[in-house]
Amino acid sequence: MADRIINSMKTEFTAKSVNESFARTAVASFASQTDPSIAVIADIKTVVSEAVTNAIVHGYADIEDKQSCIIYIQCKLLESGKLIIKIKDKGCGIGDVKTAMQPLFTTDTDGERSGMGFTIMQSFTDGIKVKSRLGKGTTVTLEKRLNTN
Amino acid sequence: MDITSEKRGDTITAFIKGEIDHHNAKAARETLDSIIETEQPIHFGLDLSRVSFCDSSGLGLVMGRMRKCQTVGSTLIIKNPSVAAMRILEIAGMDKILKIERGD
Repeated sequence: MADRIINSMKTEFTAKSVNESFARTAVASFASQTDPSIAVIADIKTVVSEAVTNAIVHGYADIEDKQSCIIYIQCKLLESGKLIIKIKDKGCGIGDVKTAMQPLFTTDTDGERSGMGFTIMQSFTDGIKVKSRLGKGTTVTLEKRLNTN
Repeated sequence: MDITSEKRGDTITAFIKGEIDHHNAKAARETLDSIIETEQPIHFGLDLSRVSFCDSSGLGLVMGRMRKCQTVGSTLIIKNPSVAAMRILEIAGMDKILKIERGD
């Protein structure tokens, strides 16, 4: 039987780092309607923060007019208690997704990025899909079971 | 995010309160590096007991400060990491590399 969508939400915002906390709080707030554990909410906040940070730091890195850089988030709550979070940018895209997802891989040169963003997204969710096209953008889809019983 | 520091013997401890993400990691890095460079303490403590949120930017912040401490001959000690901070350090295996202390 298909897993029916019982609720959904969409939001979009400018790719500015100040919006990272808005993004994770918005998704956590949407997820909280099913009364998940504090640990599940913490996981959701962390993975949303990782994906949104990637979009800002990498996806839209080379675009000067940040006002034209938009990050799109779509959440679907399924009857089974699963939350699907889609985080999309229309930035530069990732040439080699498999390599980008390796632990400790980073294109950063000043030593302040850990290269653990995708590893954290994988560890803190029940599923991750990354679709990316060079010059078109990246969509990260995360699945998280809200009911851990 | 709010950072305060205190000196006790040969240890300077910086207390981070609030959320560590990419947005505020840069300011935190500048504040912490300024303390490390100015004081060059034997031990530099980073108290993470009041970190309410931490993502991989926090991990980068800790890794970067570990390197910074090495350049001035200080030893980095992570103090009382909160659940949020510890979870991220563990994922990267940093809990095995870093000196972590609990208590005063």
